[in-house]
Amino acid sequence: MSTIDPAGPYARSVTGLWWVMLGGAALLSLLVFVLLALAFRRRPDGDGVANPRLWIGWLGLAMPGAVLLPLLGYALVIGARTLPVPAEDAVAIDVVARRYAWDFGYPGGRRTRDVLHIPAGRPVDLEITATDVIHSLWVPRLAGKMDAIPGQTNRLRIEADAPGTYQGECAEYCGTGHGNHGFVVVAHDAAGWAAFIGERAR
Amino acid sequence: MKALQLHHELTAIWRTEPGWRGHLRSVNHSDIGKRFIVAAFVFFAIGGVLAMLIRAQLATPRSAFVGPEVYNQLFTMHGSIMMFLFAIPMFEGLTMYLLPKMLGARDLAFPRLSALGWWCYLFGGTIIVLAMLAGVAPNAGWFLYPPLSGRTYTPGINSDVWLLGVTFVEISAMCAAIEIAVSILKLRAPGMRLDRMPIFAWYMLATAGMMIFGFPPLILGSILLEVERAFGWPFFDPALGGSPLLWQHLFWLFGHPEVYIIFLPAAGAVSTILPVMARARLLGYGAIIAAIMALAFLSFGLWVHHMFTTGIPHMALGFFSAASALVAVPTAVQIFAWLGTLWSGRPQMKLPMLYLIGFFIVFVLGGLTGVMLAMVPFDAQAHDTAFVTAHLHYVLVGGFVFPMLAAAYYWLPHVTGRQRVMRIGEAAFWLIFIGFNLTFFMMHLTGLLGMPRRIDTYPEGMGWTALNLLSSIGGFLQAFGFALFLIDVVLQIGLGRVHRRNPWGATTLEWAMATPAPAYNFASLATVTDREPLSTQPDLGVRLARGEGLLAVARNGWRETMVIDMTTGAPEHVAILPGNSWLPITTAAMLGGFFLSMLAGLYAVAPLFLPMVAWLGWRWAWTNGYHEDVGPLDAGHGYRLPPSFEAERTTGWWGSVLALGASATLFTALLFGYAFLWTIAPNWPPPRLIAPSLAVPALASAGAALSVVTARQGRIAAALGGQAAIVVALVLLLWWAPAPTGHAYAATSAAIAAYGIFHAGTAMLILAFVAARARAGFHSPARSGEVRIARLWSDHGAAAGAFCAILLVVPGWLA
Ligand SMILES: [Cu+2]
Ligand SMILES: [Cu+2]
Repeated sequence: MSTIDPAGPYARSVTGLWWVMLGGAALLSLLVFVLLALAFRRRPDGDGVANPRLWIGWLGLAMPGAVLLPLLGYALVIGARTLPVPAEDAVAIDVVARRYAWDFGYPGGRRTRDVLHIPAGRPVDLEITATDVIHSLWVPRLAGKMDAIPGQTNRLRIEADAPGTYQGECAEYCGTGHGNHGFVVVAHDAAGWAAFIGERAR
Repeated sequence: MKALQLHHELTAIWRTEPGWRGHLRSVNHSDIGKRFIVAAFVFFAIGGVLAMLIRAQLATPRSAFVGPEVYNQLFTMHGSIMMFLFAIPMFEGLTMYLLPKMLGARDLAFPRLSALGWWCYLFGGTIIVLAMLAGVAPNAGWFLYPPLSGRTYTPGINSDVWLLGVTFVEISAMCAAIEIAVSILKLRAPGMRLDRMPIFAWYMLATAGMMIFGFPPLILGSILLEVERAFGWPFFDPALGGSPLLWQHLFWLFGHPEVYIIFLPAAGAVSTILPVMARARLLGYGAIIAAIMALAFLSFGLWVHHMFTTGIPHMALGFFSAASALVAVPTAVQIFAWLGTLWSGRPQMKLPMLYLIGFFIVFVLGGLTGVMLAMVPFDAQAHDTAFVTAHLHYVLVGGFVFPMLAAAYYWLPHVTGRQRVMRIGEAAFWLIFIGFNLTFFMMHLTGLLGMPRRIDTYPEGMGWTALNLLSSIGGFLQAFGFALFLIDVVLQIGLGRVHRRNPWGATTLEWAMATPAPAYNFASLATVTDREPLSTQPDLGVRLARGEGLLAVARNGWRETMVIDMTTGAPEHVAILPGNSWLPITTAAMLGGFFLSMLAGLYAVAPLFLPMVAWLGWRWAWTNGYHEDVGPLDAGHGYRLPPSFEAERTTGWWGSVLALGASATLFTALLFGYAFLWTIAPNWPPPRLIAPSLAVPALASAGAALSVVTARQGRIAAALGGQAAIVVALVLLLWWAPAPTGHAYAATSAAIAAYGIFHAGTAMLILAFVAARARAGFHSPARSGEVRIARLWSDHGAAAGAFCAILLVVPGWLA
């Protein structure tokens, strides 16, 4: 379930972003706390007024600007890379969320409930909607979340590196069953996926 | 001797009546401010108990302490109470108490309005808490997303309690915002130019402005959702052309600034207290004001960062992501200005400073996670998990609760006139600080490990168990800390020794008076020549008490205070403020009757309360003014100034401008909703539009033109007729429109028509009032202030009415 133990390319790029931001945040908070502590050191009287250019110009304005702009660019690139752009080997699966189940429909007409089957190593585009209230589809180890909203269809791309099972859950509060509104993702190898999808598709 | 006599005379004019009458009728800003603070703390305690129940439930996996039904009420009520019944009223109370004193005035601009706000808050908050005791508390989360909060999925009155109760409380917030803005702009000590205002006033001016433009969309959203629940108008139902996202936009659109509305007053307290603790001048007064304004402006452009996972296109998200991250810049400017201030002086580790250090540490960490969440891909992972819960508590507890605790210890000597007795406050600080970090630092990790927010229980083996237990232990430590704080405050009030005036050596005007403060604040009003009046004139308090300042008279039983020119600070006229009154509480009771009958589903009864409110409003306005010309008053120091009822631009005029600004914002939000649904929602175009007609918009426009022209010529009856024509035109349009229950188009159209009818109707009421006042002799060429105010409302009604009528027939023409 951990977002910092990614099992797919989209979750992994976000984990990278997270470690970078954590490092930066640690440095910046250290800077502020050290400056705060040093303010209380004993000083001779009449030490004079602090220089506003340094404190407000450089530390207050320039420094956050210099940190934020590259960070924004980095995040924007990562975000753009997780978009469901057309891809040759992508698989489209439609998802209907409701209280309290997840229905998945595959190419070829097969449907499953509360278990999402995907091929490993291929991008999967989920087309997500809901029939009653707002839910949110989230498989923390594979990708970020996407809301399931009645009356509209949202698309989310996920991908698993390797075959295996992954936990998914509902991340938007949806009523009394919200805590149990989870599902399982089963990633198949190529043969397993062919068998799964081929059963009725042919 | 003269000083003592002046004190007695002013007390007789300004005092709150003893006993229960005083409790019900007082309009004094110190009274109302203290009541707000006490009530907000009581609600804080209630919200805190709910938090403890939540932490008890989550302490262990598979807990059966409370079931999901109760749990859902617990977290919804915790969030709603802390946001709407604690944070906003708490700073309103602090501001109402402090602001006139800091500005060197005797009261706020509209004392009865603050009292009305107080009763609305008390009644609305009580309704919400009683609903919880009855087991029908709101349970759809504090941001109440439809369709979950709609009638189908919340059939009981739970959501209605939220919508009606919170809207009732928001009336109070709007009253306070207008009150605060006008008081800062007009009711200052002579000579207090804008660049000499205490920094706290700048913060509150920005906050009040954000409330005036921030709350109307939230109020509109609440009205629309309540109308959908009560009457089935489908604003949020995609099957009938609505969209659940409309609510999210309205709720966050301007409802997002709420976070900054809560942070700014607290930052204002920091900027006031910190230089005193540091024994230095605040570094970068101008830069901080620029930062405040930038923050206020930016915060309106980033509501979408609550909606990164709702399927909005990535390019649009990039824009809102940048705006959200940029908010860090003005925040950093303030942080480093405060640090520079500490470096300039010789800071003392007194108790308020200890809490300020807690603020620094917690708030900086919250700000940094805020920047992380502004990054779209990371937000997609962290959104709606315990990580976000942790972030928002770091920002709100760090950015509001810690500064408020510092403020409590800093200004308690002013309120009570007493010193602290024991060193309990330090122990309370460490319990709160350690408990808080234990609770919420862990929740960052729990969230990263995939724990969503708002789940009532979880299985073992997810890696969440130990972290949740630690969070719960931290939560209880914190609760003990707040209990100690309460004990400390009670001891200070009961046992503290009387202290000397201005114990901290502060430089702002609120310390230039006796403590506890007399009902009239200042026996005479100060003249200010710089930003720190008490450092250049240390004996100012004594001289004001001796009556050596302005307005050192008690005449005609009038409550007098100075009104100045907004920018230069030159004396302009003398405000005659109203005294204690039954009107605020009775008006709030009538509004309460309206909200309660809506809640009970008595939709036929509820409208009956509105004429009562209108009648009370009439009485309210009738008590203002004077029936003969008085001429300029002697204000001392050679000033002869007109009384407010003979002035041109009164505080009432400015208040009306701001109220109409708020109303126009609500209308803009409604138009946004109309356009949003038209372009985004499924099932458009609607099956049937309003029939194209030329005659009806022509009638409305002619009425509007007639009203605008004749109101200027003083032909009130004709102006009234013009407004009536607008009402008739809009009612006709409603008549021809498809049923509002059939499609979101018809529902939004009806809402637009209702807005126009309401404002034209209000204009008719005000014009009728002016006509009656003229007949009763309240007007003369000198006393024409309320005619000018009436014209403002009449013009607004005319413009809104004509615009609505044209807008509603346009789709029919284009089709
Ligand atoms: Cu769900
Ligand atoms: Cu859910």
